[in-house]
Amino acid sequence: MLLEILGLGALANDKPWLMHRGRFLDVSFLLEVGDAAYLVRIHHGRVEAVEKGPFVMPRWIFALRASEKAWATFWQPLPPPGFHDLIAMLKTGALKLEGDQHPFFANLLYFKELLALPRPAAAQERAQ
Amino acid sequence: MSAVIRPQFEPAIGRYLRLDIQGKPHRLYIEEAGAGIPLVCLHTAGADSRQYRGLLDDAEVLARFRVIAFDLPWHGKSSPPAGWHKGEYKLTSRAYVDTIMAVIDALGLDKPVVMGCSIGGRIVLHLALEHGPRFRALIGLESGAHADPYYDLDWLHRPDVHGGEVCGAMISGLIAPTAPEAERWETIWHYMQGGPGVFKGDLHFYTADGDVRARVAEIDTGKCPLYLLTGEYDYSCTPDDTRDLARRIAGSQATIMEGLGHFPMSEDPARFLGYLRPVLAQILKRDSKS
Repeated sequence: MLLEILGLGALANDKPWLMHRGRFLDVSFLLEVGDAAYLVRIHHGRVEAVEKGPFVMPRWIFALRASEKAWATFWQPLPPPGFHDLIAMLKTGALKLEGDQHPFFANLLYFKELLALPRPAAAQERAQ
Repeated sequence: MSAVIRPQFEPAIGRYLRLDIQGKPHRLYIEEAGAGIPLVCLHTAGADSRQYRGLLDDAEVLARFRVIAFDLPWHGKSSPPAGWHKGEYKLTSRAYVDTIMAVIDALGLDKPVVMGCSIGGRIVLHLALEHGPRFRALIGLESGAHADPYYDLDWLHRPDVHGGEVCGAMISGLIAPTAPEAERWETIWHYMQGGPGVFKGDLHFYTADGDVRARVAEIDTGKCPLYLLTGEYDYSCTPDDTRDLARRIAGSQATIMEGLGHFPMSEDPARFLGYLRPVLAQILKRDSKS
């Protein structure tokens, strides 16, 4: 899981359609997987950098926080109901969204697709 | 000599209906196919009658039912009423019930079955309470007595967020992950085509005005059978919401549908029909006895 997050750029940046979707997006967001924190920096839809914490004074626009177990369930090949979608996880409280929500909602499909990339089903699609 | 052209038409015919709703003239788009018991289909919030394209193209259903799907005012190819630009669209229980009854009366339908999904699944409860004896049966898809909003609905209609993009993205997860890709993205596309503020205006009914918890126990399924079908991946109207509703209404029949979400008839028509056919068979059986 850790490798997948650090490798998010490799998963995302060769997808022309995802890059197109995010072409107006410039943002840094914090992704928390349990106690582990990652800063993801996106420029014109490209994942420019993923840094692993801990951070002393991280700067981010919005944060997505969920337990390691919740993300592991979300990234299953066929996630169970309630863990199959970011908004579903927000509704149940498994996922917390904090900060300025504007770039998240204005680019919601982008973030849904980006954060689903570590799913093995997505990995199979990548291999084809 | 030129070759004979045989266009691959589906059976559905689309027409525009002129009628008054709550004293105002309206122009509504209606599709229909088949012959037999009228089966009026109601689309979800922020979408249109294309959600029923699978049902409108199913020979087995069309052999026994006259399937009718219309776009609510403001939706699909139906027009908003004149003067729409001077007010905020907000669907109310009163307007929704009056619209459905106006369409049924304008078409002269005798004891139709009404099947609605989401907001449509909610309004069939209102129909049961107000006009139960006028229906042969009611079918609520993704039906619950109320729904609390779980995000700030203002995101759906504001000038600095693209309405089509955000509405499509917001509902994408309500589709089961097992849905065929083409049907999934068609379902999302309908949402992307909604007018500004229309999805949000429908959700006014869904999350506030249409709360019917206090009254559902009065529904008399002896006068009008009520069937409830809810997809397991629906987190808007959850299986628990539907089970709770079924517990409150004596004689209602609830089924949780595996591998389906909030838009069963649109996200995976074939799988949905597997759940709908037994319900339609019960309606036909009951009809033949009466």
